[in-house]
Amino acid sequence: MTVFLLRRLLQAAAVVLVMSLLVFLGVYAIGDPVEILISPEADQIERERAIQALGLDLPLWQQYLVFLGRALQGDLGLSFVFNEPALRLILDRMPATLELAVGATLVALVIGLPLGLYAGLRPHSPVSKGILAGSILGFSLPTFWVGLMLIMVFAVQLGWLPSTGRGETVTVLGMRWSFLTRDGLAHMVMPTVNLSLFKTSLVIRLTRAGVRETMLMDYVKFARAKGLSPARITFVHVFKNILIPVVTVVGLEFGGTIAFSVVTESVFAWPGMGKLIIDSINVLDRPVMVAYLMIIVLMFITINLVVDITYSLLDPRVRLEGKS
Amino acid sequence: MSPPTLQVRNLKTHFFTRAGVVRAVDDVSFTVESGKVLGLVGESGSGKSVTGFSILGLVDPPGRVTGGSILFKGQDLATLSEAAMRRLRGNRIAMIFQDPMMTLNPVLRIDTQMIETVLAHAKVSREEARQRARDALGQVGIPSPEERLHAYPHQFSGGMRQRVAIAIALLHKPDLIVADEPTTALDVTIQGQILAEAQKLCAESGTALIWITHDLSVVAGLADDIAVMYAGKVVEQGPVVDVLDAPLHPYTVGLIGSVPSRNHRGEPLRQIPGMTPSLLNLPAGCAFRARCPRAEARCAEPPPFAEYRPGRFARCIHPYQEAVAA
Repeated sequence: MTVFLLRRLLQAAAVVLVMSLLVFLGVYAIGDPVEILISPEADQIERERAIQALGLDLPLWQQYLVFLGRALQGDLGLSFVFNEPALRLILDRMPATLELAVGATLVALVIGLPLGLYAGLRPHSPVSKGILAGSILGFSLPTFWVGLMLIMVFAVQLGWLPSTGRGETVTVLGMRWSFLTRDGLAHMVMPTVNLSLFKTSLVIRLTRAGVRETMLMDYVKFARAKGLSPARITFVHVFKNILIPVVTVVGLEFGGTIAFSVVTESVFAWPGMGKLIIDSINVLDRPVMVAYLMIIVLMFITINLVVDITYSLLDPRVRLEGKS
Repeated sequence: MSPPTLQVRNLKTHFFTRAGVVRAVDDVSFTVESGKVLGLVGESGSGKSVTGFSILGLVDPPGRVTGGSILFKGQDLATLSEAAMRRLRGNRIAMIFQDPMMTLNPVLRIDTQMIETVLAHAKVSREEARQRARDALGQVGIPSPEERLHAYPHQFSGGMRQRVAIAIALLHKPDLIVADEPTTALDVTIQGQILAEAQKLCAESGTALIWITHDLSVVAGLADDIAVMYAGKVVEQGPVVDVLDAPLHPYTVGLIGSVPSRNHRGEPLRQIPGMTPSLLNLPAGCAFRARCPRAEARCAEPPPFAEYRPGRFARCIHPYQEAVAA
């Protein structure tokens, strides 16, 4: 286990290094921030001074090395636009996105697993067919459209739920959270539901497929031949086996939600990371973009590690060895 | 006299598929007394496994038992509710499956899988259940059972896994064990050990055993009686020595002839021509007649299951009454 973790850590460091180079080059290729940041009326001297202040006069490789050196000390640069540390800018927005993503993933599991289980155990019942049809809708309806419809119905016509913003927040551990207040929770409902729609459908489908496959296995028949109750067979023998694919996909989906919940955040004016990155791309705020992507890379590495460790807990045949 | 452990009468198990009705088990009857071993022999698809599953009430849709009766110690299993059937399964009637690599749940420890079986049928403490599990492992010859209880199935070899499965079947000292080709997936040496243990068990505890196999040489040393199945029907039945020495049905003769050791060195292996017919569209009359060397026009009529010699039944109109040169 220790060897495994150490090796994983080294791999992670290598991935982060390569990513930083790619991101840096990629962002450099997108465009010159000078054109956007410095007003066209500025004279040549002001221009030169601004470029020098931003460190954009150095050759690219030097810029990268400077960036790398600072990054090692935890400094990912100042935002061109806000003139604040990019990292802090992002971390400020992170709780908003995080609580949305965690909420959506929980909803997906709490609704998706039981429905998928039911649909898998009774594949021919009308209810199961209804669940499946619903999951197809969840897959194919575009997120932004569902978001708009939710706002139309629940905010505009019924007036039950607020449509924009985070509502009241509470500061815990130096970060602002919505889910701890009543008002904040009310604000979270619609974005969470909107974000969880696709994930719920995914969990339903995965669970159903897993159950149908597992029910045919000899060990399920043997469990029945042992005279076990159907509940024990379903929740111990079958459930533990289907969790393995579900954990994989939900783990990756969770990362994806944090990184790319842009659409939902835009529709509900949710001040999360997704909205920040879109704004930053629009004004070519290079340090924020780079910092954001670096954080996302780190996050995916962490999630993958957690998924691997969960595997070894679920499936005794998986051993966390340092083999690559 | 108490009723026999198991009496199967005219059992019919059919599968209702889109392509038509598959008569996997069609009018099968046999009796197993306590302490006796019945060898149920046949090729793949002859319905022998489905017969086993029918006894335990574990036939999956689209299949179901459509006729006949299964009397377990005089009680008709068809009249039992699912809950009552569940109380019998793993308790009074146990089953051992063919592939030991597949019968144990890969993500659960051996002790979990054994203790749950004990607790499903006996009101005992967890600790007591654990001890029973350990004793059962010891009984089937697994070394250091206490430690092995903590292991997962993948940490056992195939032979050891089958022993674990057998230990699970033995937990409640059942009156009847249905063993569905339990040694087919194992090495010959392991097979021998397991056969010896099965025999010892029946003799000692009076358990009735149905041993399903396609291997005549296994049955020869193990069973008391034999029932040969072909295309869902029993075609020949009788005490194992008599059937193997003087088979009546041409199919049995063919099966015995195909055992390699029976053939003479240097001669090509004798085999039964053709292949098992599709159960979807069985020909009327004798299902074996297309492959039978003695077939004639009368075989197009369904042959009766008749007693040709005392205790010797065959479903054939022209059985080998004379001694067959093997």
